[in-house]
Parts: sequence; C-alpha cells; structure tokens
Amino acid sequence: MTTTLILVVGAIVVLCAVYISWRAGRLDRLHIRLELARESLDAALVRRTAVSLELAASRLLDPATSLVLAAAAHEARTAGPEEREHAESDLSRTLRAVVDQERFGDRLADTAAGSDLLEELGAAVAKVLYSRRFYNNAVGVTRAAQRRWLARTLRLAGHTEYPGFFEIDDAPPKALAAE
Amino acid sequence: MRIGIVCPYTWDVPGGVQVHIRDLTEALMEEGHHVSVIAPAADNAPLPPYVTSAGRAVPVPFNGSVARLSFGFLSANRVRRWVREGAFDVLHVHEPAIPSLGLLACWVARGPIVATFHASYGNSRSLSVTASVLMSALEKITGRIAVSDAARKTLVEFMGGDAVLIPNGVTVGRYAEGEPLPGWDQGEVIGFLGRMDEPRKGLPVLLEAFVLLAAERPALRLLLAGPGDAAEVLERIPAALHDRIGLLGMVSEEDKVRAYHTVDVFCAPNLGGESFGIVLTEAMSAGAAILASDIPAFRKVLDDGQAGALFETGNATSLARRAAELLDDPVRRATLSQEARAAVQKYDWSTVARDVLRVYETVASPAGVEEDAEDAEGAGNDEGTVASRSLAEGNDTL
Repeated sequence: MTTTLILVVGAIVVLCAVYISWRAGRLDRLHIRLELARESLDAALVRRTAVSLELAASRLLDPATSLVLAAAAHEARTAGPEEREHAESDLSRTLRAVVDQERFGDRLADTAAGSDLLEELGAAVAKVLYSRRFYNNAVGVTRAAQRRWLARTLRLAGHTEYPGFFEIDDAPPKALAAE
Repeated sequence: MRIGIVCPYTWDVPGGVQVHIRDLTEALMEEGHHVSVIAPAADNAPLPPYVTSAGRAVPVPFNGSVARLSFGFLSANRVRRWVREGAFDVLHVHEPAIPSLGLLACWVARGPIVATFHASYGNSRSLSVTASVLMSALEKITGRIAVSDAARKTLVEFMGGDAVLIPNGVTVGRYAEGEPLPGWDQGEVIGFLGRMDEPRKGLPVLLEAFVLLAAERPALRLLLAGPGDAAEVLERIPAALHDRIGLLGMVSEEDKVRAYHTVDVFCAPNLGGESFGIVLTEAMSAGAAILASDIPAFRKVLDDGQAGALFETGNATSLARRAAELLDDPVRRATLSQEARAAVQKYDWSTVARDVLRVYETVASPAGVEEDAEDAEGAGNDEGTVASRSLAEGNDTL
C-alpha cells in the first residue's frame, strides 16, 4: 500500500519537475528570440541612420535638405535610451519630408551614386519596419509567458526584465513604401 | 539700390524674423530703394506687393521642435529664378544656418551677400556632419550682421570671424498714438508686458511689490499682458486684491499699443538674459513712464536712467519705492516720457535701416548678385507647384 503511494507521489513529482523545466526552457527560448529580435532592430535602426547620414553628406542634395536630414540622423544616433523612440520617430518624419519632395527620386536617379543610395535607403527603411514588428511580436509573446501564474510564482524568468514594446512612427516615405 | 531679402520662415505666420524683415523692408523702401523679399507662404496667403512666394514650407523636426522650413531643389530653383530676375545689387539673407531659403539663397547665388543671424543656435551639434556642404554655401557671405550679442557670440564660436552688431529696430511711429483701454482710465495703473511664466521676465518681483504698494494705495491697479497661466499669477496675490489685477493674456498688436498708453508706469522687472529690450523700446515709443530693473541692457537703452527710472534688479522693495515716487510725481513722469520718446529715436527702424544700408554699401560690387552657375543644373524646370506633402500638419506628435 505505502509502496504504491510512494510510487504515485514520486510520479507526480517527476511529472511536475518535467513540466516546470519544460516551461522554463520555453521561457528561456523566448528570451533568446527576444534578444535576437532586439539586436536585429538595433542593427536596422543604426543602418537607417548611417544611410541617412551618408545621403546628407553626399552633395547630391541641396544644402538645406542635407542639413535637415543630418540633424535628424544625428539626433537619432546620439539619443539616450529615454529619447530614442522620439528621435527615431523624428527621423522617420524627416525622411518622409525629404524623400517625398517632388521629383526627389528622379533627381537622385540621375547619378549612379544617387540611385545606389536611394536603393539602400529604401532597404534600410523597410528593415526598420520589419524588425520592429518582429521585435514587438517577440515582446508580446514573452510578456504573456512571463505573466503566467507558474512563471511568476517560481520566478522562472529569473532576473530578466519585463520587456517593453518599441513604439515609434516608422511609416516610410511614400516613394519608398513597400507595402 | 536693388536689394533682395530672403526670409527663411513662412511669411504669414507671425514671428520675430518676419517682423524684422517687414520693418526693415518698409524702412528701406521709404528711403527710395527697390526691395524684393522672397519667403515661404501658404498658397492663398495675402502678401504685400514686395513679397514673392517660394511655395509652402514643410513641417519637419529640427533642433528639438517641429519647424516649418523650405528646402529641396524645387525651393532652390524658385530662389534661383528670383535671383536671376531680380538683378540685385545686394542679397540679404536671414538665418542662413537654418535649413531653409536663406541657406538655399547662399547656395544658388554669388556676389555681395549680407547675412543676418538672429537666434543663438550654439547647441546644434549636427552641423559637423554637413559642415562641408554648409560651409561652402556660408562662405559666400561677404558681410555678417548679428542682432544681439548672444547671436554674435554663437556666430563667432560656430563660424569664426566676426559680425557687425545691428540690433532690431522699432517702428516708433506705430506706437506713438493710442487710446487707453476701456475701464482703465481711472486711478493709478502699473503695467507689465511679457511671458508671465518665464521666470527671467521677473513678474514675481513686480507682484510682490504690488502687494506692498496696494496696502497704501487703494486706487492702484496692475495690468498684465502676455501669455501664461492666470491662476499661477493670482496664487501669488492675496484674494482681496484679485479684482485689482487685469489679466489680458495674449494681446493683439493694436491692444498692445493701447496698453502702453493706458499705464501710468510701465514696469520691466526682468532679472537678466534680455539681450535687447524690444518691449522697452516699444514702451518708449509710446511715451510711457518706464520703471525697469537695472540690468546692463536696460540701463543702456534707457540712457543710464535718463529715459526711464531704474530699480535694483530682483528687489521688490526697491521696485515698490521707485514706483511710489513715480506715481506721486506726474511732472517727473512727463519728463521721463519726453526723454523716452527722444531716446528711442536711435532705435527707430529708419536709423537701423541706415546702418544696414551702410553694410550693403560696404560689400556692394559693380557686378552685383549673379546666379551661381556651378549649381545651375536644375535652373528653369520649376514650373510645377508644391504638392501637398505626406507630412500632414496634425502629424506633428506621436
């Protein structure tokens, strides 16, 4: 009789342990996915800033447009974590104002360097859009997992921060819009 | 002289630079010069005959706020055509380090170019990136004017070299006459004009002094004009005195003139930072009896106290004592008023415009202003209108 009880209790304990470790493993995988998404978002933002600065310094634009673009890109590059979303949104708005000037594309397409830069800018802008969406998806899933009763009680997330969404205006210039 | 003036900001939106250009232009025309101004403007904005529109300005984030600027090849082409057709002896650009028409004008033109720097933009860190582009345009400037010491200082730090200091003028005649505001013609009135929530304007000092004075002078009232939170102001005053305070808020140009003519004593309690007392020169033009804090800028404008009384900066007791003296002495007030009207003449636009004209004459050359052929690639193909941009106006905040 006692042997059966011990066996049953033992089986339950084992099952619980397996379940908890499976949940912990899932959370861990989610954290890794989140981190990768964050890195790719960072890379996309840095890339967009770099292309903007290159375009501003290219002498293909009039000096006023150059200055507007360089100022916004510079703000985005040097913004601290607190101001980052704001600065990146400003860069999006500036890019729209710059690229959606009448015949802007035709102008740049006149030179090889210009069409290359425009192509690069289009890619960079689109990748910001994509990587931000993927990152925010990862945040959503991770947050839901961290919020679960088991994860909270057993502190399965350890010291990992509760992740925040990255909210910016990243609407691309009309001339570069992919979707 | 044929003079072309370039305004970087939308003409039909009120602002210091626009007002400066309007007054300068009118003063120069008064002297018989031919002046043409190019400025961004809304499609249907009513423009004076001397203004040429460069199309609409686009709202874009710049230096921490959303500014309406005119940039791009299309704007550049409009400026280019205006330069070509204007055949100016001198080109006068304003704020050429702001990415708008001023900078574009430096880019598309060459010859005698005078530039006026209004603001201090020393913290614009982005300039290093486009420094080469910006510099090649700005290096064409032959004569530089700063409107204040602060503007001159940042200019020197940013570009090196020096500038001539020619302060803003005041159109004295515009303030000379005015009916007192209704309901304010009785008793004694002390007036203040300026931002109420800007500590450097020193309103709290005046409020403190008013409380001291009000106890002994039952007929004394305080007239405050300018933007700011009324509740915040009233908080500093005992409730019993609230009905002796008049809060006008933002006032129209016309009401501002009337306010100057309403007050018995006009008080400028600034704590510092005022590079040039534009409010003070307006009050002087109106012939108000002035009581101002003893900051260097005010002391200078008021001829060491000849054209207006001075009190110890930031000291409410000193303000109250001087104000009481003035209110009790109508003869002294009349003298101050007369002195003020005389002293302000040297800040009148006619005088200031003459100084600006001397700068023009210094840089002028027989060839005059020409189109810069180096950048002339797109000349002439600017027939299209500026279509509405993807940046809607309501899109300024997230």
